[in-house]
This record gives sequence, structure tokens and C-alpha cells, in this order.
Amino acid sequence: MAVCVAVIAKENYPLYIRSVPTENELKFHYMVHTSLDVVDEKISAMGKALVDQRELYLGLLYPTEDYKVYGYVTNSKVKFVMVVDSSNTALRDNEIRSMFRKLHNSYTDVMCNPFYNPGDRIQSRAFDSMVTSMMIQVC
Amino acid sequence: MDAPEEPLPPVIYTMENKPIVTCAGDQNLFTSIYPTLSQQLPREPMEWRRSYGRAPKMIHLESNFVQFKEELLPKEGNKALLTFPFLHIYWTECCDTEVYKATVKDDLTKWQNVLKAHSSVDWLIVVVENDAKKKNKTNILPRTSIVDKIRNDFCNKQSDRCVVLNDPLKDSSRTQESWNAFLTKLRTLLLMSFTKNLGKFEDDMRTLREKRTEPGWSFCEYFMVQEELAFVFEMLQQFEDALVQYDELDALFSQYVVNFGAGDGANWLTFFCQPVKSWNGLTLRKPIDMEKRELIQRQEATLLDLRSYLFARQCTLLLFLQRPWEVAQRALELLHSCVQELKLLEVSVPPGALDCWVFLSCLEVLQRIEGCCDRAQIDSNIAHTVGLWSYATEKLKSLGYLCGLVSEKGPNSEDLNRTVDLLAGLGAERPETANTAQSPYKKLKEALSSVEAFEKHYLDLSHATIEMYTSIGRIRSAKFVGKDLAEFYMKKKSPQKAETYLQGALKNYLAEGWALPITHTRKQLAECQKHLGQIENYLQTSSLLASDHHLTEEERKYFCQEILNFASEQTDSSGHKVVLPMHSFAHLRDLRFTPSNAVVHVGGVLSVEITVCSQMPVPVHMDQIAISVHFSIEKNSYRKTAEWLTKHKTSNGIINFPMETSPFPASQNSLPALELYEMFERSPSDNSLNTTGIICKNVHMLLRRQESSTALDTPSGVALDDGAPVLKCCGVTLEPGANTITFRTQAKEPGTYTLRQLCASAGPVCFVLPHLYPLAQYDVYSQEPQLHVEPLAEKASDASLRVQSSDKVTSISLPAAPAYHMIEFELEVLSLPSAPAAGGEEGSTMLGMTEAQRNPKDTQKADHCMATTDHKVSIECPWSIYSTVIALTFSVPFKTTHAVLSAGTRKYIQVCVQNLSELDFRLSDSDLVDTGDSTDLQLLPLNTKSQQHICSRQSVFFVWELTWTREPPTSLRGRFSMEFRPASEERLSISLKPYTYEFQVENFFTLYTVKAEILPPAGTELCRTGSLCALEVSITRLSGLLEVDRDEALTESDEYFSTKLMYEVVDNSSNWAVCGKSSGVISMPVVAQATHRVHMEVMPLFAGYLPLPDVRLFKYLPHHSAHSSQLDADSWIENDSLSVDKHVDDQLDSSSIKSRGSVHSAASSEHKGLPMPRLQALPPGQVFNSSTGMQILVIPSKDDHVLEVSVT
Repeated sequence: MAVCVAVIAKENYPLYIRSVPTENELKFHYMVHTSLDVVDEKISAMGKALVDQRELYLGLLYPTEDYKVYGYVTNSKVKFVMVVDSSNTALRDNEIRSMFRKLHNSYTDVMCNPFYNPGDRIQSRAFDSMVTSMMIQVC
Repeated sequence: MDAPEEPLPPVIYTMENKPIVTCAGDQNLFTSIYPTLSQQLPREPMEWRRSYGRAPKMIHLESNFVQFKEELLPKEGNKALLTFPFLHIYWTECCDTEVYKATVKDDLTKWQNVLKAHSSVDWLIVVVENDAKKKNKTNILPRTSIVDKIRNDFCNKQSDRCVVLNDPLKDSSRTQESWNAFLTKLRTLLLMSFTKNLGKFEDDMRTLREKRTEPGWSFCEYFMVQEELAFVFEMLQQFEDALVQYDELDALFSQYVVNFGAGDGANWLTFFCQPVKSWNGLTLRKPIDMEKRELIQRQEATLLDLRSYLFARQCTLLLFLQRPWEVAQRALELLHSCVQELKLLEVSVPPGALDCWVFLSCLEVLQRIEGCCDRAQIDSNIAHTVGLWSYATEKLKSLGYLCGLVSEKGPNSEDLNRTVDLLAGLGAERPETANTAQSPYKKLKEALSSVEAFEKHYLDLSHATIEMYTSIGRIRSAKFVGKDLAEFYMKKKSPQKAETYLQGALKNYLAEGWALPITHTRKQLAECQKHLGQIENYLQTSSLLASDHHLTEEERKYFCQEILNFASEQTDSSGHKVVLPMHSFAHLRDLRFTPSNAVVHVGGVLSVEITVCSQMPVPVHMDQIAISVHFSIEKNSYRKTAEWLTKHKTSNGIINFPMETSPFPASQNSLPALELYEMFERSPSDNSLNTTGIICKNVHMLLRRQESSTALDTPSGVALDDGAPVLKCCGVTLEPGANTITFRTQAKEPGTYTLRQLCASAGPVCFVLPHLYPLAQYDVYSQEPQLHVEPLAEKASDASLRVQSSDKVTSISLPAAPAYHMIEFELEVLSLPSAPAAGGEEGSTMLGMTEAQRNPKDTQKADHCMATTDHKVSIECPWSIYSTVIALTFSVPFKTTHAVLSAGTRKYIQVCVQNLSELDFRLSDSDLVDTGDSTDLQLLPLNTKSQQHICSRQSVFFVWELTWTREPPTSLRGRFSMEFRPASEERLSISLKPYTYEFQVENFFTLYTVKAEILPPAGTELCRTGSLCALEVSITRLSGLLEVDRDEALTESDEYFSTKLMYEVVDNSSNWAVCGKSSGVISMPVVAQATHRVHMEVMPLFAGYLPLPDVRLFKYLPHHSAHSSQLDADSWIENDSLSVDKHVDDQLDSSSIKSRGSVHSAASSEHKGLPMPRLQALPPGQVFNSSTGMQILVIPSKDDHVLEVSVT
């Protein structure tokens, strides 16, 4: 489904990033990093909205020829970025939203772990397997 | 199909299109009215209520009025809407019934019949009335009659289909009114017609769409139908609705493509799958691209054709709607989706064709938008267009690579062929842009024509894109484009231009801690720096890469080898050093001081052991590893004393350096660590503390602006501490992983040494860790020798000391010892009664007692009754002007008393030793010697035991008999001495000096014996209580005149000496009552065996064995001095009953009595000035009471009830 899933800290360094075709990892890193521009833009545009009305889902950040990059930002400004293959037309906004929600839940679980240091890279196996499930679902 | 379009050839597909309204009847009339009509019709809006719940709209209506012809009416099945006449109007001016009947009615009927034949119900009859005309004719029917007739004849129930227009060309209120009514009617009817006809059309269209699953269904046909609707909406200026039609078509098509991809192919779609042969981009400059439309109509359009046409229409409508930014956004989506769709449909596309198409399209869209917006608008909406710029840049880049325009040598023949093919696919330039200099077509053609032109265009585009991204704050995107540009520059062999972009990108990635991009960019940067010959930077980047775990082992080794090669090549010692930061090369993990408190004395050896984790993939040989040290002299000298340092530095000597938590997040780690120091400010006068605080020594590093912290990788921040003292270690090979290196140093100057920098050098390459944090310090101290006197808890070391001792001064020479060693020794201080002057008093105890310092308990518990001696020991050291004074208190455990015991003339000396302490002692070798000059005295010990035990708080007595041969001695100076030792210790390490006691006894020789005897009353054998008994006292002189007798009491008459004695009988125990005189003075001849007897009467008061009353003897001294007489005044008073039964001295006696009586009479001047005699006790040894201890039996009297007491 997703070809790349990234969790990015408030300070914009990656807490977690994984992509499916591992040989092209670098490309996805660049892509996710570049997408932060749009995330920032959207967040600052959203900044004025009331907190409780704020939509966490940022929608399509930017499309490229081959991929679509979607964004999601938690209330603590942790960003989730998901890269989806453009050819995968089955994925509609709603599916993306629910995937982000799943990701957010799992991330919350990671944060709840008393042994996890907020700001550290995420190494949780549960989180990892959840991401894997989101990636494998593809075909 | 095309028949209806032909009659109205002047371009229909322009904005000039208006709904068609036909005009029949009086053409001249209409011509005269037309100008006003066409002007008035659109003036006021009309509300258009829509079907299907669509929101009502206000609409300004315009119409194209054409002459009515039957051909205009659409035939059955014709779907054309644009040419559809929405309203038919019949104009007449007829006001004459005759005329009406003759011509107009027929004409009207004919017109209506034609309409009916085409089932058109949208018609209107306008009757124009002219007052002027009416006036001319007299036989005029009432105005209404014609209208009524027409209504009767034609509008059976729709009377509103006939309206009257009054004097349309006049300017009167009536005219105005009638115009308004007419126009409203006209508008209403038009709208009704629209609603009805469009509704019908939409229904038909929907029906057609529902048939799309049927085999023969064609998308293109349907497209044409729905577009017709769109055209009408556009015609009605309902662009929103028109756009909806195109969007629906767009979505429908997209869905088909998706379904096709999913295997659900529609036949008609294969049509769009023909290979792409033309890629000339979007055409947005014409409202309608008729060529493409015709292709679609003919079902010959390719996918790109269809998409291009569709988008061009959407673009046109969006621009009408003033939404140019949506055009840009949709364009990007379109381009992406086209590329995807072609892929999905597996359409064969020549390489580069799509790139060309996309590039041209991007530029076309951008130019179209620029064409309809002003500069300010564009600038404020860069966010929308920048995507297209970036996309175009990307595509041009890939075209450049494809056509060999980027390679060093320029395009080869294959590349050229490809270029030609690509250009061929562009076709000829379209006429509408032919005259535009900067048309996308021309740009692309030019860019592909030569290497130089390509470079120019590519750089233009890239710079523009970067600038736009930067201006809207999309820094990351800008950097990313910059990186592409850098790649291009590298290909073009201009690394100096590439470097800035790479550095910029790298800085960005570092700041946000993106590991893979960092690694990748660094790799590019390394290559760039290598080309540029920036040795330092290259080496630094290499070192970073060599330690980068994201690279493969081979790559890391390569970069490591690059450094090593450089280090080994540049051995020509040009003196130039390449300073690189350490962190990429190795990590200092911990540091350990030995000694662990990191305090060492001057000259002492300190070793520093560091653990360095090399991050290189291979072992690296370093020429030298050095730690430079910052030296500071501590002002406060106390702080540097060994004592303070040992007290305050309790660490185990290991300092751990925190592991750099990878490069994430770099932005937080990039700040240098705080260097905090404590600070004390003392007043210069009295050195008291004024202020204290903490200062940060690297504030300038921390508080500078974030931006100015420039490139994180540049070595500018690393300065080599030159000239500072250094700890060195040479020739170390650092294996990958942890390495331990030990530095040794000999401390020289006292002070604090702070380890500042760690520097590992190989050849001219130095890896420097500019700051060690946490602070690692060691202290060197130098200290004057110091002396401490303190009770020892344990046995001191046996250092051999040379001790020279004189009376007052004991000098101890310390043995030679290594510096800063502690020599501990134990001093035993012996308290000697060295100066006899200290004790002038007899019995003063100066004893030689070795009080070992190790028993402080003894002194602590000293009983208050124990005599103590205080001593002060002053210790002076040659290195100090001060002396140490120790107060020592010695307790004397023994208290000694002596006594002279007599037995007749035999004399004994008794010494009593009392143990006051808590300890038991063992006494031995007791001895008493005569220290006087009398030589014939002999002391015979009567003590048998050589060793005696004396328990705590017990006494021991020693007795010696004193014998003499010749004249009895007047005095004896004795010195008692004995050995003692604590009973608890069998053997003593030290020899204790004997305990001595000195005393002196005088006049111990017996001069008189006193013998008392009590005789029962005459006639009785035993004494009885209450009955008087006789007390006989005989005092016998035992020797002749002796030296001791020579005093005032001695009287001499003719060789005959006598002395006066006073006797006294005292019974302290009240056993006896002395009757009569109890005392008296006797004159005793100083002759041997002279005896004086005294008779007295005493009465026993109790029965039993009673001791005899005491008889005391005193020397009776004549008055001599006033002061002495007072001493014994009491005795005089007590002796008021004293009777002197002495023959010699009556006169004296009486006088004494007299004087006694005058003590209280001031008037008796007779004896005034007469001194009183004195009494002096005889020394104990001179009188021997032979009846001491004797007792006499007294029996009780017969009559118990009568006790006779006689008191005198």
C-alpha cells in the first residue's frame, strides 16, 4: 500500500523512516524531507484554526510523477508522512486517513512505553510490524 | 450532423455566441427596434430557477436575433444545442383590422404551423403600437382590438404569449413601462425555454451515458454531447456549470483508464492506446482547439490529444472564473496522471517524448497564466506555480541527459538521432505562437539544439525554480533542486559552482538530521572537493564518510585510505598541518587518572589513560596522540594543599565522555557544551569572600546567532592549541573500536592543569577534539613539609630516626624519604621531675612516668584526686617559623605519705603508697635511703616481699627500722623509691623510671616517755564507775641535754638545765571525767632519767575496758614575741583550771593567771605589755607514750541509780 512511511519529530529529524523497495531508500528520504516544506506550509496556514477543530490529516502534500505524498501532523507537531505509489488508484483519501489513524495509534503506544525516550528513534517492534502490515497490504 | 452549423458560419465557438432567437413578421419593424432591444435585454439580471435542485442563478441574458427560417428549427434527433433557437418571435405593427385580416393573420398562421411542425412551443408575438400611426388614421379601432384578435386567434390559453410594445422609439414613461414589461416577458420566456430544452437535453445525455456499458458505446460521441451542454453553459456565461461538464468527462475517462488497468477494458479505449507520435504539448492560447476537437469527433484522438483538449477547455473556463492558480494545480495533476495513464495503458512512447510533452505543457501553462495575471499576482502565488517550474526543470534535465547534452564530450551520433526524433515529434510550431519569441516550442527546440543552449536554459530554469522555492520558504525543495544543479555542474566540470549548492543542501540535512541524505550529499561533496583541491575539506569529508555506517565497507575503506594516502604522501614537512575535527575520526570514551584523585605533587608521576573508539574501518597508525593542557595557577593556596585536594576529590578518577548520540538531532548537538567554572571574588584587603558565582567561559560560542554558525563541517572552529603544554604518546595504531592509550607525565609546576584538546596526528593530518567536556583536570601541588601531632590509632611505621637528646632539646633527624611521603613516628614523652625547683614543698610528687601516648584514656579519666602535671612540648621545624606547642597532662597514679613510728627509743619509718588510679600496679625494689649527711643512720627494711601487687584504690605500707650507733640524729632526709609497672602488662617495652618520694623528718629522737596509770580507789581492786580513781602520770626524760633542747624553754642555772613542759590530760572519748586540774606546767630537768610524776583524779563514766585518757606534752615557751603568743591563746583560756604544782615557777604561774584575768579588763594596766607564754607541741617522735593502747577494767557501780558526778 504505502511504499514509504516516515515519522518525523517536531524538530524535523526522522524518528522513523522505512520504505519498501530498500534499494531506493535514499530517494524516499529525499522525498519525505522535501515534503516537509509543504507540511510546514500547511501547519502554519492551519495555525490560526482552533485547536479542537484542527484537522490532523494534511492531505496530499504533493504529487510526483510516480508517487503521492500524504501528510498528517499530531497535536505535538510530530509529522507522519506516507508515500504511496501513484499507480495505486485504489487508495482514496479515506483509506489514507484510516492508515494515518492507525499509524497515530501505534505511535501513541510507542510514546506510552515508559522505556521510550521521546525524541529517540523509534525501534518498537510493534510499531515496525504495524508499518510492515501497511506496506504489505499492497497488491 | 454538421448541417446546422453551416448556416451560421461566422465563428460560433467564441464568446460571441448567444442563444438564438428567431424573428419573423415585419422585418423592418424589427430592424428599427433591434438596437434598443439588444441593448436593453442584458441590462437587468433574471433569476434562473434550475431543475434537479441546483441553486438558482441570476443571469444576464443576451440573444442573437436571427431572421426566422424553417431550416433553423432542429430536426428530430439533432443534439446540437448551440444552434438551437430557444425562442421564436413574431413582430407586427399592424393596427388596422383590415390589414390584419388580409395579410398578418395568414402570415402568423403559417409561422405557427411551421413551429408546430417542429413541436416548438417557445414563441412570442409582439405587437408594436405607434401613436403617430394611429392619429393618421381616423377609422381606427380601439387599440386593443388587434391584440385581442391575435390573442383570440393564436394564443388560445396562453394570452401572455402576445405582448404589446408602445411607441418603442419614443422617450416617454409609457414607452418605458411597456419596454420593461416586454423585456421581462422576453427574459422569462427565454429562461423557460432554457430550462425546458436544457432539461430535455440533459435527460437525453444521461440516457446516453447509461448506455456506456453497451458494446457500441463510444466515449467520443458522448464527449461531444456533453460538451454541447458545456458550450451552452459557457454561452450563458455559466462557466461553473460548463466546467462541471468537463470535469465529469474527465472523471469518466479517468475511471475508464483505471478500470482498464484493473483488466476491465472498454473497446473504445483501445483507440486511445495507439502509440504516441506527437508530443507538442498543451495548447491553451485558443479558447477551443478545433483540430483536436475534430480528432475527437472523428474518434482519432490519442490519449494525449484528448487530455490536452480537455485540459485546454478546463483552463479556459477556469481563467474565465478568475482561478488561474487552479489551472496551475490542475496542470500538474494532469501531467502526472497522463504519464501514469500512458504507463497504465501500456502505450508505447518514444524515450523522451513524454519529457518533451511535459516540458512544453508546463511552460505553456505558465505562460498562459502569466498572460492573464499581473506581476504582483504571480509573485504572490508562486506557491501554486513553482511545482510546474520544478517539473519543467526536472524534465529538461532528463532530456539533457537523454540527448547527451550534459556529458562532457557533447552528444554523440546516437544522441543526435534521438534529438532529431524528438524534435520531429514536436511537429511544426503552432501558428498562434509563431510570433512569440519565448514560446515553449522555441525554447525546447533551442535547448535541444546545442550543449551551450541547453546549459543556458537549464540554468535559467533551475535558478528561477530555486529562487521561487526560496522566496516562499520551501528551503528543502530549493536545496533539492540545488543538488540537481550541483550534479549538473559536476558533470560540466565546474565543481566550484557545485560546491555551494552541495554545502547548502548538506547544511540543511545536517540541521535536521537526515542521515541518508547527509551521507549521499557528503559523497558528492567529497568528489567536488577533491576536484577543487580543497585538501582540508576533502580530508574532513572523507573522515566523516569513512566513519559513516550508512556507507558500504568498501566505500568507507576507500575514504579512509584517501586520508592515509594523503598523510603518507605529504611527509615533506612543509610545516603545514591539516587540522580536522576529531569527532568523525574517533570518539573519546573515557579518561582515567592515576592516581585516581588526579592530584599529584610536584615531581610526581601522573598517568592519564584514555579510551578512544576509532570509527575508521581499518587500523590507522597515528604518529602521535597528544593532549594539550591548559595550566592555571590557583590563587588560593589552601585549595592546593594535599589535604584539601584529597578531601574534595573523591572521584574514582574516571571521567566518562558522553557518547555523541548519533547525529540526531544535529541542530541540538551542534552547540558546544557549556564550560562552567566557579568563581570567587575576594576583597583585596582581608581576603574575605565578596562574591561568588558560576561563569561560563564559552558564552561567545553559545550566544551567537544561529545562522552564523555557518557550515557545520568547516574546520574553522577547530583551532590547534599551539604552544600549550602537551601530554604525548607516539606511534599508536588505532584499531577500529576501542583503544586504550596511556600518557605519563611528571608534574612540574604546581597548579591546575585542564586537559583541553585531544589531537591525533598522522603526518600533516591532525584530528583535533577542541574541547574535552566534562572538564578533566589534574592538580599538581607543592607543599611545605608539615607536621601533625595526633593520637595514633595504629602502630606507626618503623622508620629509623636518629634522636639526639639533651636536657631541654630533643632533636630528631628524619630519615631521607622520597618527596611527598608521610613519615609517621611515635614519640614517647617521659615526664621527669627534672627540675626540683618545681616542687619545693615536701611531698611534692615529681615522678618519672612514661605516659605512652597511645593510652589517652588514662589521662582522660584522670581522677580529680590524682595529682596531675602539665607539660608543654614545643616542636619546632626548620621549615617553619611557628612552633607547635602540645600540652601534655600527666597524672600521678600514686600518693605517698610517710610516718615516723616509735617504740621507746626505737624508731621506724613507715611509707604508705596509695594507688589512686584505675590500674593495678606491680611494685618492686622498694627502697628507702637516707640522703642526709648523717652517716651512722641505718635503715633496716622490714619488708620481706620483693614484689607487691597494688590494686586500684588500695594502699601498700613499707616499714623501715631506723638505727643509729652514736648520737641520735636530729633529722632524716629519706628518699623512697620503687619500681612499678602496670600489673596488666607482663613485659614493658619501655623501662619506667622508679617512682620516688622524698621526705624529711626531724627531731624524731624520743626525749620523753609518758606513762599513765590508773589505780582503783584505795580499798578496791577495780575501778568503779562514778568512783574517783587515781591517775598517775610519770614523765621521764630519757636523755641528757641535746641539741634539740636548745630553745627558749631551756633555763640554765649552774650547769643545771631544765626545760618547761606542759602536760594535759584529755579524754576525747568522754570515758573519763577529770577531776581537778587536768593540766599543768612542770619544770623538767634536762637530765637523763629525770622523772616527773603528776597525780590526778579521774572518774570513769562507763563500765568496761576503757582506754586511758590521753596525756599530752607541750613545750612551754616563755613569751618572746607577741605574735606567737596569740597562737596559743585558746589553750590558755581552756586551761583556766590549770594548776601549776611546780615549785620553780610560781611567780610565772601567778602572773599568767593574772594576765589571763586581764584579757578582758582594759583597766588592768599592771600587766600591760606582759607577753603570754606559748605552747609548742613536741614533735611526734620526741614523746613516747608508753601507755598508749592500755585499757583498764571499770566495773559498774553497785547502785545504778546514783551517779556521782563531780564537776570542778
